Amino acid sequence: MALRFRGQSNDVVDHVSLEAKSGEVLCIVGESGCGKSVTAMALMGLLPQESSIISSGNLRVGEDIFDLTRDTLPRVMRGSRIAMIFQEPMTSLNPAFRIGDQICEAIIQHSGATRPEARARAEDMLQRVGIANPSQRLFEYPHQLSGGMRQRVMIAMALANDPQVLIADEPTTALDVTIQAQILDLIRDLRDATRMSTIMITHDLGVVAEIADRITVMYGGQVVEQGPVREVFDNPQHPYTIGLMSAMPGLDRPGERLAIVPGTVPTIANMPKGCRFRTRCAFAAATCAQRPTLSEIAPQHHVACHFAPLEEHIEVTR
Amino acid sequence: MNQNVILEAIDVVKHFGMGSGWLSQTPVVQAVDGVSLEVRRGETFAIVGESGCGKSTLARLLMRLLTPTSGDVLFDGRQVSTIQGEELKTLRCDMQFIFQDPFSSLNPRMTVAKLVAEPLEIHAPALSAQDRRAKVAELLRQVGLRAEHADRYPHEFSGGQRQRIGIARALASGPKLIIGDEPVSALDVSVQAQVINLLGDLSRDLGLTLVIIAHDLGVIRHMSDRVAVMYLGRIVEIGTTEDVFSEPKHPYTQALLAAIPSMDGPVTDHSATVHGEMPSPSDPPPGCRFHTRCPHAQALCKTQKPHLSAVQDASHQVACHFADTLQRRHRPSTATQKSKTAEARFALYRAATEGGAVTHNAKQDQP
Repeated sequence: MALRFRGQSNDVVDHVSLEAKSGEVLCIVGESGCGKSVTAMALMGLLPQESSIISSGNLRVGEDIFDLTRDTLPRVMRGSRIAMIFQEPMTSLNPAFRIGDQICEAIIQHSGATRPEARARAEDMLQRVGIANPSQRLFEYPHQLSGGMRQRVMIAMALANDPQVLIADEPTTALDVTIQAQILDLIRDLRDATRMSTIMITHDLGVVAEIADRITVMYGGQVVEQGPVREVFDNPQHPYTIGLMSAMPGLDRPGERLAIVPGTVPTIANMPKGCRFRTRCAFAAATCAQRPTLSEIAPQHHVACHFAPLEEHIEVTR
Repeated sequence: MNQNVILEAIDVVKHFGMGSGWLSQTPVVQAVDGVSLEVRRGETFAIVGESGCGKSTLARLLMRLLTPTSGDVLFDGRQVSTIQGEELKTLRCDMQFIFQDPFSSLNPRMTVAKLVAEPLEIHAPALSAQDRRAKVAELLRQVGLRAEHADRYPHEFSGGQRQRIGIARALASGPKLIIGDEPVSALDVSVQAQVINLLGDLSRDLGLTLVIIAHDLGVIRHMSDRVAVMYLGRIVEIGTTEDVFSEPKHPYTQALLAAIPSMDGPVTDHSATVHGEMPSPSDPPPGCRFHTRCPHAQALCKTQKPHLSAVQDASHQVACHFADTLQRRHRPSTATQKSKTAEARFALYRAATEGGAVTHNAKQDQP
């Protein structure tokens, strides 16, 4: 199975293509404002039509191809074949309904199951995401659950219809590390059990290393680097990827000054022409006013930089 | 008292919800329950723990933003937990706070100049308007902002720049100690690195003592000299950052460290992952508060509260009945194994960002 998306709204997401194979976790990494969440929303068809224009783009799930520019995704797709979980589980669950009813609603909407069938399915799903006492939990309200538990409920709801694609937007960012480890374990187990493809959005490179098979680094709405996760970590090509990696306060070099990415992400209106990273890039030159193409530098490893690999094209003298 | 100690907490307790009336029976939340610690002059001291462990309450107690239910806080040898009025104002001058959220902690209707001048007006009222303006410009320069930023409003700045404004405000009164409650956790990685570097530079150049509250262990490892690990209102382990990270003694510390996603790929030691979640501080379990999630818990842990005691040397203390007998878990090395290629590019990048001259060879010249 493959999923493909070409989106180009004026600026926000600029010719982004993603692909996630069955049973694979693809991580999209980047800082706030890099367009990673918008890309996911566009995939799900969640962007309001009056304020957003998708000027080109296709979505392929299995054998079916949908033109994202034309109309909204058919209902059978959203929520059943592609499902999404969000960062803050408290705001995405309805506080006024019991969690059992919320999961059942998702099941009945898509499968036409009867209420008892849906209830049984919901109970089964809660069991699968590791919630103890599922038959009682069905009757509880979201506020009675802890943050980690709510995220498990969200995952149960998303997976209730056996989706082929799961999009997870920062699913562990709001959680504590011990709970984050539990949720990552859960996502990994479910992926192995269901062979679904997962697109996970995160800004934490540690999480990426933990769970991803492949990684896409985005900056300013463009893909700057893409490849298998080990390959990108061992052989980072784009200056932004390198900057992000060296800015992580790691456990290995305490006290030392961190290398930084100077400045901040420009707003979409002020985005420079050509390579969008050039205003913050230490290696930028006149050539960078032209947009670099995303080209293959090693097997399956693509990078959009005029000067990759850096050491062959750039010398730095102190 | 030791001259080296700038801030000391002695058996500090803070319970919330004590004032329940005859109609309402609010449960007592034991946010901080008997914490003692010493912060030494010039060091960076970190308090780490998950949400709900009482670390922010502890920070506010140290700062005298809250009064403890019992116990004492000493600043420079002076009892500060009950002072008020003029004395409190003097204390505020020596001790300042940086807040987590740079978006809500700055008044949107004041210019940066006014925001930074405000603490000066209070703590140095004798300063003439001209001197004050000069001092504001100096403070802005110190935190890496430009003088022309002074006339702008907070909404015109990014998160990292706002955090810098917050730091400039904290520095205005010339404090000896700054307490930061999650000062970098709301920021993106690249901006976070800038602020971490800034805090490091300031503490070194001005001889500041920093107390950092954080949940990100990477940040703590990077910034701090000593660290205290909190769980449900109590300190479970305290020691130099080096000792705590390389030889964690308490099962909770071990679990926390094992749960950090590592850049080395999926090496997380899943056997050390703790199950379940932190119990509510309004109904903490008896004995060792961690026993409900601890993989090594025994009958003794359920009844008797363990006290902090030294393990090998006096500086590393742990509150666990079985700290000595616990098998040392073999931990994978925390040093990230970077490939040679990656290492070389990091060096190149670092050289370029730190002001090295960059020469390009056009791609066409390559064979």
